Amino acid sequence: MPAHDVLIIGAGLAGQRAALAAADAGASVAIISKVHPVRSHSVAAAGGINAALNPEDSWESHAFDTVKGSDYLGDQDAIEIMCREAPDEILWLEHAGVTFHRNGTGHLGTRAFGGASQARTYYVADITGQAILHVLYERLMMHGERISRYEEWFTTTLLQDDAGACVGCVARDIRSGALEVFDAKSVILASGGAGQAFKPTTNALICTGDGIAQAYRIGAPLMDMEMIQYHPTTLAENGFLITEGARGEGAHLYNAQGERFMEKYAPNKLELASRDVVSRAEQTEIDEGRGFPDGTIALDITKVPRKRTLEALREIVNIGKDFAGVDITREPIHIKPGMHYIMGGVKTDSDGQTPIPGLYAAGEVACVSVHGGNRLGANSLLDTLIFGRRSGEHAAGRARAVAMPRSPVSALSDAQGEIDAILDRQSGGRRISEIKTELGETMNRYVAVYRDADGLATALEIVQRLKQEAPHAAIDDHGTVFNQDVLAAIELGYMLDVAEAIVVAAQERRESRGAQFRTDYPERNDEDWLHHITVSHDGDGPQLGTAPVTITKWQPQARTY
Amino acid sequence: MAEYTLKLRRYDPQSGEAPYYEEYRVDLEPHRSVLEAILKVKAEQDGSVGIRCSCRAAICGSCGVRINGRPGLACHTHLDKAAQTGVNADGSTILVEPMGNMPVIKDLIVDMDAVHWKKIQRVTPWLINKQPVPEREYVVPHENMVDVTQSMACIQCGACVSDCLSMEVDPEFVGPAASAKAYRFVGDPRDAEQYERLKDLAEDPHGIYDCTHCFTCIDACPKGVAPMNQIMRLRRIASNDHHIVDRNNGERHERTIVGLIRDYGLLHEAEMLPRSYGGYSWFAKFHPAAGAELLDSLPSITRAIARGKVNIKQAALGHRIPKADLTAVQGIYEKVEGKARRYELNLYISGYEDEEEAPAAAEAPAAVAAGGDAMPSAPGPDPQQPTSASESESA
Repeated sequence: MPAHDVLIIGAGLAGQRAALAAADAGASVAIISKVHPVRSHSVAAAGGINAALNPEDSWESHAFDTVKGSDYLGDQDAIEIMCREAPDEILWLEHAGVTFHRNGTGHLGTRAFGGASQARTYYVADITGQAILHVLYERLMMHGERISRYEEWFTTTLLQDDAGACVGCVARDIRSGALEVFDAKSVILASGGAGQAFKPTTNALICTGDGIAQAYRIGAPLMDMEMIQYHPTTLAENGFLITEGARGEGAHLYNAQGERFMEKYAPNKLELASRDVVSRAEQTEIDEGRGFPDGTIALDITKVPRKRTLEALREIVNIGKDFAGVDITREPIHIKPGMHYIMGGVKTDSDGQTPIPGLYAAGEVACVSVHGGNRLGANSLLDTLIFGRRSGEHAAGRARAVAMPRSPVSALSDAQGEIDAILDRQSGGRRISEIKTELGETMNRYVAVYRDADGLATALEIVQRLKQEAPHAAIDDHGTVFNQDVLAAIELGYMLDVAEAIVVAAQERRESRGAQFRTDYPERNDEDWLHHITVSHDGDGPQLGTAPVTITKWQPQARTY
Repeated sequence: MAEYTLKLRRYDPQSGEAPYYEEYRVDLEPHRSVLEAILKVKAEQDGSVGIRCSCRAAICGSCGVRINGRPGLACHTHLDKAAQTGVNADGSTILVEPMGNMPVIKDLIVDMDAVHWKKIQRVTPWLINKQPVPEREYVVPHENMVDVTQSMACIQCGACVSDCLSMEVDPEFVGPAASAKAYRFVGDPRDAEQYERLKDLAEDPHGIYDCTHCFTCIDACPKGVAPMNQIMRLRRIASNDHHIVDRNNGERHERTIVGLIRDYGLLHEAEMLPRSYGGYSWFAKFHPAAGAELLDSLPSITRAIARGKVNIKQAALGHRIPKADLTAVQGIYEKVEGKARRYELNLYISGYEDEEEAPAAAEAPAAVAAGGDAMPSAPGPDPQQPTSASESESA
């Protein structure tokens, strides 16, 4: 039975950064991931990572932009930490080997990004996430003797001792089907977001909300779950992401009448307003009949010099060519807002600690909350790294202070029982894929850019029905080697839990703030709603609660771009 | 909509049965990907089909397979194109098999750890920092970072490893993906051990000189990493910049071929071994290693003659090509060798030579100065700019 000081679940940027930090702090570390670490969805982050590193920039400016971007729902103490520590993190990455692109003098180069008052986004062409993820994995290989990697292991359950502390997990070796108990003094969840609960989404197939649901099920509160980011530029057909870097490099948005409509909605920042603002503007244009017949808007990247596009936006040149049949250096590409990121997650403090002792969370699975109602582009990579590192350090510190816990004796047989129950399901129910599709389409219809009470009520009804149906969905594969069917059944349960939390939080917030726009409550209402909404799993259903927003320097103001 | 027949190679290690092929009919638009078709099969017909996949957009590198005999990403191959390419293409049947050169775990899933990742580990795949590490960033030319971006663009999908012919012959060959990974450090001016890395890979009998320039990896790569180009660049830096003459005779062999083509316009087979082992001297023929290699190669030589691939007379006396042609060949050498700096092609900076630079490009802070002319340690647009990290200091 593996036992480690620090156990990390998920091996994207947050998980890998946590592993390196915990190992640096002297802890024995294991990192578990249901996919090989370089397949993690951090790989898809294209545009870059924010930091106020230039002498003429300041962390306060970065923090203010982030606070304003969050529509004042971000916790300012955590935002201050993130923005203060950002420059050193960039330098750490640079020294670790990330091939950041340079400016003309050979120093780190920057590009402009949405909602930012300075060009402070550091980048590697438009494969920044990939470059950082692969470099961190280089470091994991380098420290192979101190960090045990369990690649292609699927976590099924978090374990608790009698006092309620998290003491490890049960995971299934996907290759053999064998279950194993992992004991740990500290457990860090870093298993990403839940985009697959929406269809379409920019998120990968693996983003099924595993960590959010696992923590929720053992009593950890979730926070800001109603805040779902719709990215302004995704491909209509399949939801693939076109990086904000395109607009950062100078691309424009036009409606079907050829109007650069952002002039109306954000006269100062235009295409580089916050994502919620741009997505709403696009959706309004589309809803009011000024979009193209396929319900899209045109993104014109031909405004960017062609050579610059080929060098700095190569990936979306490929995506345009391969997945939309468009040469973006020659003609506009049609896009629309698409589900991209979940600001909410497992509630943590600025060291990644959840209210459950021994359980940490970092990255998209967590809600610190540095993004509040709306995340700025290029702040998510930063979030994963800063709070991944801080979680790793803190978890290693905790491990020095506590003894190796014992997991409950029944842990393994309980987990095996759940898997066996899935394998034993009688055929006759709906297919897992059918339920998943209905969930995704429901969420994307009723819990999207614009929401109202009726739509949310319908969404909740459907999600709750699907929760009844899911346990009867039969599977085809009854083997043990790489049984992806059984994993899909478990993931479906995770997505449904997360979706339910999202819908009830969206119903609860009867105002419009950040990514949550209620057509029945179209104004921001600081008097009644300047607080976080939490969702806890209590008994059978979700219980709503509140948590205060921390305000340090920046009092809420009207938000214009 | 069009109807396609997906013919999947199935293998269940628990069944005790040999791999077999199973056919599924799928209705999808022709521009949809092979992965979408497989996922549709999984969703609607048979959830037991095994394939790794995640991003669907050719970024995560999970879904490397062979499609109608060719390696690639399932998500990156359109159905219409897949049905029309490769052996036995009939416009509607698409054969999908697991990648080659790696053991199969189940269906389309291979054991990448056993081969691909082991080889990546082989090349010391992490930056060995040039000392002293600056307080702030290393100050290095933009061109160098853009240059190694081509290798960084590798998504570790294994498509190049799948069909590497050299690896088929020599499973120990470090291979295309790991070599590209090696270039990512060799081409990085912040790395302290360029020489040691190259020496290591040149001296390894399964290292960079084990590649036979078959171009398969360049065709296979869905990301334009062009692994073979990276291998050739490793060789050029090893031999031209560091003068590493390896014990496998790879460097001398390559130099011999380059020299023979310059002198004769075509390969002069009889001169190959002597020159590879003994250099340009007349006495080279008597170099003992050349004799041993000749003896060793006799079976291949005999087969080549028997099959008419080699003409004994031409092989012994050298091929003759018209004088004008030879002059033209030599003109190429003069032009290439006459360049002040080595000319390297790169995905990210080749650009389009025929196009005029748009005026805004000059204003963009990080725009590259010279279209296709950038290369490692090339001075950047600013003459004051340091050309290597050793000259840099904290800002």
